[in-house]
Amino acid sequence: MAETINEVKFSDEAMAEIQRYISHYPEGRQKSAILPILHIAQAEFGGWVSPEVMDKVAEILNIQPIEVYEVATFYTMFNLKPVGKHVLEVCRTGPCCLRGADQIIDLIKQKLGIEEGETTADGMFTLKPVECLASCGSGPMLQVREKFYENLDSEEKLDEFLEKMRQSEVEKPHHLK
Amino acid sequence: MGLKILTEHINVPGIETLEVYRKHGGYRSVEKALKTMSPDEVVEEVKTSGLRGRGGAGFPTGMKWSFLAKPEGVPRYLVCNADESEPGTFKDRWFMEKNPHALIEGMITSSYALGANTSYIYIRGELLFVLRILEKAIAEAYAAGLLGKNILGSGYDLDLHVAPGGGAYICGEETALLESLEGKRGNPRNKPPFPAVKGLFACPTVVNNVETISSVPWIVNNGGAEYAKVGIGRSTGTKLISASGNINNPGVYEIELGVPVEEFIYSDEYLGGIWKGKQLKAVVPGGSSVPILPANLILKTAAGEDRLMTYESLADGGFVSGSMMGSGAFIVFDEDQCIVRNTWNYARFYHHESCGQCSPCREGTGWMEKVLHRIEYGHGHQQDIDLLVSVAKQIEGNTICPLGDAAAWPVAAAIRHFRDEFEWHIRHPKEATAPGAVYRGQLDTVTA
Repeated sequence: MAETINEVKFSDEAMAEIQRYISHYPEGRQKSAILPILHIAQAEFGGWVSPEVMDKVAEILNIQPIEVYEVATFYTMFNLKPVGKHVLEVCRTGPCCLRGADQIIDLIKQKLGIEEGETTADGMFTLKPVECLASCGSGPMLQVREKFYENLDSEEKLDEFLEKMRQSEVEKPHHLK
Repeated sequence: MGLKILTEHINVPGIETLEVYRKHGGYRSVEKALKTMSPDEVVEEVKTSGLRGRGGAGFPTGMKWSFLAKPEGVPRYLVCNADESEPGTFKDRWFMEKNPHALIEGMITSSYALGANTSYIYIRGELLFVLRILEKAIAEAYAAGLLGKNILGSGYDLDLHVAPGGGAYICGEETALLESLEGKRGNPRNKPPFPAVKGLFACPTVVNNVETISSVPWIVNNGGAEYAKVGIGRSTGTKLISASGNINNPGVYEIELGVPVEEFIYSDEYLGGIWKGKQLKAVVPGGSSVPILPANLILKTAAGEDRLMTYESLADGGFVSGSMMGSGAFIVFDEDQCIVRNTWNYARFYHHESCGQCSPCREGTGWMEKVLHRIEYGHGHQQDIDLLVSVAKQIEGNTICPLGDAAAWPVAAAIRHFRDEFEWHIRHPKEATAPGAVYRGQLDTVTA
């Protein structure tokens, strides 16, 4: 066996939460808990899941690493590369666009000097346009971690939001609260 | 004001707590069903109610329940589909966030009817904050003896868990949802076998939408016949409508099925009319998958009758001049919206969300997005409109799951009703791509 290059260790709180999710499924069906575990992993390890983290998840679930990779690459919420402190997941789908989402996305690009999928040089923001977030009555809107920020329908509101985020710490993972 | 079956107490402060929820009659259906009714009697009431699946398909819920296989010694599952991802739809998110116990009560009563001892709420991963709300409410219900072993001394056991998705529209399709719940990629399964026979962990399973399950307590408390009195014809009961787009009052509305569309759009009780004093151009009445209708056809059927908010009336005229109720996501377009741009936006959505299993959908959604993109950005070819119609036709009906149809229908309908607007983009690309340019019937008045 090769030496582990980067030791991945979940906090005790995260492990307790992982065990709780595994306990929701019948004996032998522990793989079912893979999505909640990936969410916990992403929150615990800086907003993304590295191959080492995925290998650790496979070890915890007693499944092959490929079974984790194929799931993590299928679902859009899991970031497979390092991201900025705040990932701006902006809705780009039709109903939000009727209320100005395209313009808000363009403004974010201008103001932060980044394109979709990129991170600002200071590591503060990553722009990640996403599909419909079930908040169509309050668009344009975006999500950062578990929170929705809605009705961002003017440049002033966007500026205010960005400034607030610059001053904010990353929200603690739920299992550490 | 119509009858509020789902939302009567939704704005009561503290309704998300067990104490306040119970003070307002919460969990009565659990007492009634578990202590005075057999599971089959509950199923019968739901059948009598005429309740139809509120996720989009509109299939009669009681009938779906009666298909559930019941082999000896094999567990059965109820899975709640809270993967609300259809563009325009946000009613379930709103409902669960505000009144989590209403869904939990529905899960208990419905699980009892189906003989399930373990049930799951599968919620889309983007809604982890709602999962926290549900888990808190579930913990309260366990502590009060409403979940767990021997619920309220009835001898019935139920465990209820919430499972998050990871960001994939396709997991709203029930077999993809089950795959996802088993920890796999959300690839829809071939049917048969249907989930009623072989669903979660290869056991008989019913998958129902949040709103469907949350309607069951009222039906148990008041009787299916009372529920069937509300609404019109086969559209019984009330429906949550997610209203978005260019209207004065976006939000979620519980309506008695049968409200005229015109009243729904213009009355201050509902959407309050088109914003900024503008004119209505079009409506997508049931979520991004269903055909778009121009203003004249959403207000009146082709026969000139008032269009009503019912499954039948919205579908009147088939796909020639009608649409569908779908998930009840009512998306309104004002006169300044570009249909080509919107159609491209939806096509991009379906291309992004195709799971990639079936080639007509995997390839076709990409082609449609590409062709619509070039039309929108002034590089369309004269034959592109027919090309889109042909690709849409070849996707439709040729895939394992309905995502292919959902991608094809909006493109076909936009071309059917707004062909001139597509022509204009192709024939007058300079005018069409100018900032703020919108088609206003000027196809033949502009010279290229």
